[in-house]
Amino acid sequence: MNIDPELILFEETMPGGWNRSHILKRGTALRLTDLEGGGNVSAIFYNAGNTTERYSMPDTLKAQFISCIAKGCVCYSDLGRVLVSVIDESCGWHDTISGVSNAETNRRRYGSRGYQEAGNGYYRNGFGSLLLELAKHGMGKRDLVAPVNFFTKIGVNEAGDMSFTPGHSRAGAYVDLQAEMDTLVVLCSCPHPLDPNPEYAPRPVRLTLWRSAISPEENHCRTSCPQNERGFINTAEYQL
Amino acid sequence: MTIATLKESRLDPAAAAYSIVLPAGEHWIHLIKKGQTFRIVDLEGNQAVDTLFYNASDYSERYSAVDTIREQGNVYLSTGSRLLSSECNTMLVITADTCGRHDTLGGGCSAESNCVRYPLEKRYMHNCRDIFMKGLLEWGQGMDKREITHNINFFMNVPISPGGKSAFADGISESGKYVEMWAEMDVICLISNCPQLNNPCNAYNPTPVRLLIWD
Repeated sequence: MNIDPELILFEETMPGGWNRSHILKRGTALRLTDLEGGGNVSAIFYNAGNTTERYSMPDTLKAQFISCIAKGCVCYSDLGRVLVSVIDESCGWHDTISGVSNAETNRRRYGSRGYQEAGNGYYRNGFGSLLLELAKHGMGKRDLVAPVNFFTKIGVNEAGDMSFTPGHSRAGAYVDLQAEMDTLVVLCSCPHPLDPNPEYAPRPVRLTLWRSAISPEENHCRTSCPQNERGFINTAEYQL
Repeated sequence: MTIATLKESRLDPAAAAYSIVLPAGEHWIHLIKKGQTFRIVDLEGNQAVDTLFYNASDYSERYSAVDTIREQGNVYLSTGSRLLSSECNTMLVITADTCGRHDTLGGGCSAESNCVRYPLEKRYMHNCRDIFMKGLLEWGQGMDKREITHNINFFMNVPISPGGKSAFADGISESGKYVEMWAEMDVICLISNCPQLNNPCNAYNPTPVRLLIWD
């Protein structure tokens, strides 16, 4: 889907390995574009007015009978409301069950390189980067819940074994998230901890914010299952 | 790592230092010390036991479902599973399991999720996250809603399909099945003995469980 340039509010490229946050106002949408392919963007969503209400991986999965995020899904808060709806995307599968890298997973895969040695290319990890961003909003470790890892596919076989799918996200892959209530989104572009690449090579992501304003009545995420219909009703009640 | 490793324990319930029956719909919050062994017995069969763990000396470090399954490479828990914290330290290790498979992706039920998953009027039913909240308020020490994260559902069956789907299926547990774990650090354990009546997680009949601790 092309975004009407007149509706674009903001655009920026976030380098690989970095963190960012933004309060997505209701009716605006954020496009994440994996510019080079092979990217990973970890995202956690919070009610901007009360950050103790936050993205719930289990509620999102069980309400929609899914184990990954794709077009037509919504991301539920732990209070039964729709924080963002996935109005479009081009990968068909975004992981939400395998967490983020940390100092130890980084050390095992890449070793470590500090700022003194590597400048701004120093090795950063998902846990540390998300905590930095959360701290800017008065939050900490107790608020760091399971994120969505956009552009990453972790397959699960019949026995429950998990595996990273190489080459899942191609250059130009995108995902469009529309805020259904004012939503703080916290982002980090560190590599996924199951990415087998032995080199620390985080990929840049393009952030595009626009005035999407797809109403609940027109939103296919609402009608994709009766559960989401009720989720949107709960969300509308919250705005009264 | 492929899970489903049935293993019995040699520990004698008569020698346990602590033993209690927890009725359905009740909470239990308790310190389990490093080196102690903790067992949950599904007394009547197919009872989901929603469970969270916290580092007893710093509860901002807590059980992490996603780190646990990623590091073991499998989405189900059974004998040999190391229950990892949000900082990737081992909190407990499952040392015996006569059920064979436990869920950690389905989360706990709540008033709010019930009224999304089921008709809106199902908001007013007893639920695990209210029960967790009662336990946290009883424990105090500044614990609040933010402590309610992604729990383990012992004895619950949530199959994850290769096609990206999930479901709440009939249980695979039976009367007398148990799971046992050894604590590698001092942990606070918080349990809600699940009262859910809207899906097969408790076979539509929530029942008591026994909790035992050996020194």
